Amino acid sequence: MNYWKAVFAIAKKDVISELRNREIISSVLLFAVLTLIIFHFAFTADQKTILSLAPGMLWVAFAFSGVLSINRAFISEKEDNCMEGLLASPVSRDAIFLGKAIGSIVFMLIIEIVVFPVFTLLYNVSVINPIVILVTLLATIGFVSIGILFSALAVNTRAREMVLPILFLPTVVPLIIAAVSATSVILDGGKFSDITQYMLIIVAFDIIFVTVPFILFRYIVEE
Amino acid sequence: MRRRTLIAFGISAVMIIVALVMVFIVCPTEATMGNIQRIFYFHVPVAWNAFFSFFVTFVFGIVYLKTRNPKYDFIAESSAKIGLVFATLILLTGMIWAKPIWGVWWTWDARLTSSLVMWLIYLAYFIIRSYISEEEKKYRFGSIIGIVGFIDIPIVALSIQLAPTTHPKAMIFNDGLHGTMLLTLLLSIAAMFAVYFLFMFLYYDLRTDEYEIARMKKRLLKEND
Repeated sequence: MNYWKAVFAIAKKDVISELRNREIISSVLLFAVLTLIIFHFAFTADQKTILSLAPGMLWVAFAFSGVLSINRAFISEKEDNCMEGLLASPVSRDAIFLGKAIGSIVFMLIIEIVVFPVFTLLYNVSVINPIVILVTLLATIGFVSIGILFSALAVNTRAREMVLPILFLPTVVPLIIAAVSATSVILDGGKFSDITQYMLIIVAFDIIFVTVPFILFRYIVEE
Repeated sequence: MRRRTLIAFGISAVMIIVALVMVFIVCPTEATMGNIQRIFYFHVPVAWNAFFSFFVTFVFGIVYLKTRNPKYDFIAESSAKIGLVFATLILLTGMIWAKPIWGVWWTWDARLTSSLVMWLIYLAYFIIRSYISEEEKKYRFGSIIGIVGFIDIPIVALSIQLAPTTHPKAMIFNDGLHGTMLLTLLLSIAAMFAVYFLFMFLYYDLRTDEYEIARMKKRLLKEND
C-alpha cells in the first residue's frame, strides 16, 4: 500500500470510529466548555481584564482538553488488542504515528472550532481573528505530535492516563508561551509583524517535534 | 568499592577542599552584593553539571536504542539522577541567592522558569520509569524521555527568553569577572565535575550489581524448578 494512503487510512479509521461512538469528542468538548465556565467563577473580572486573560484561558482550555483527548488515542487501540492488529498490518511504524497524529489533530481542531465561538459568546470578547486562528492551527500541530508520542508511551505503563500530563505539560511549555504571547499581542491590536518571533518558536517547535516523534515512535511500539 | 570510585573520591575530596579555600579565603568579597555572592561559585558549577548530566543521558539514550545493551541505560539513568539532584540544587541555591538580592525567593524570570521546567521534565522521567515493571521497556522508554527532554530544554529557554529578564546574562568570558574570581569559578566547576564522576561511578556500579543479582536470582529459580 502506498505510504500516504496508509497514513490517511489510519486517520480515517480513527475519525470514523469516533463518529460512531463519540467517545472522545462529546466528553472532551463538554470538558473544554466547563473549563471556560469555571474560569468565570475563578476570576470574575471586567471586560478589559478578560481581554488580557483571554489568551491564557483559551490555552488552558486547549491544553487540558488536549491531554484528555490525546490520552484516548491509544487507550482505544489497547482494548480488544487493536494495537496488535495495527502493528501486524503491512504499514511502517512511522505511518501509524502520522495517521494517529492526523486523527488527533482533527479532534483537536473540532475542540478549537467549538471553544472559540463559545468563549466569544460567554465573555463577550471576540477572540475570532484570522491571525489568532493561524497561531492556534500552527501550535496544534506540534502540540498533538509530541502528545501522540507520549500517549503511546503512557498507555504502555502501569499508570496509563496519569503519565501523559506530567510528561506532556512541561514539554509543551514553549508552545504555550509562544501561542499565548502571540495571541495577546494580536488581541491588543498588534500586527502580524509584531509576532514573528513567537511564530518562529511555534514553527521550530512543530518541525522538531514532528520529526523527533516520527523517528522515536517505532521504539515505543516494538513488542 | 571499585578502584576508580576510590580514585574519583580522592580527586573530588582534594578539589572540593581547594575550591572551598578559594571561595571563602582567597577570593575577594564582591563589591555590591557582599558575601552572599560567594554562592555563585556553587550555583554556576551546579548548573553546568546539570546540563552536562542531561546531555550524557541524551547521548546514552540514543546509544541504548541503537545497541540495546542495558549498561548504556544504566549510564543514562545514573546521569539523569545526578542531573536531577544538581537541578534541584540550582533551584535551591538560586532561591537562597535571590532572596537577599532581589527581595523574593522566586520570580518568574527566564532562567528560573526554564530551570524549573527542566527539573519537572526529569522528575517526570523518574516517576514514569517507576510505573514500568518490565526492565527492557523501562530502559527503552527512559531513553526516549531522555532524548525528547534534552531536545526540549533549548526551546524552553529560547521561548522564555522572549520575556524580559532580571537574571544576569552569562558574563564569565566577556571580561566581566575579576581574575581571582574567574580562577575560583573554574576550580569550582572542575571540583563539581569530579563529584559528578564520583556519583556516576557509585550509582552505575550499584545499578550493574542490582542487574547481576536479579539475573542470578532468576537463574537459580529456574535451576530449582
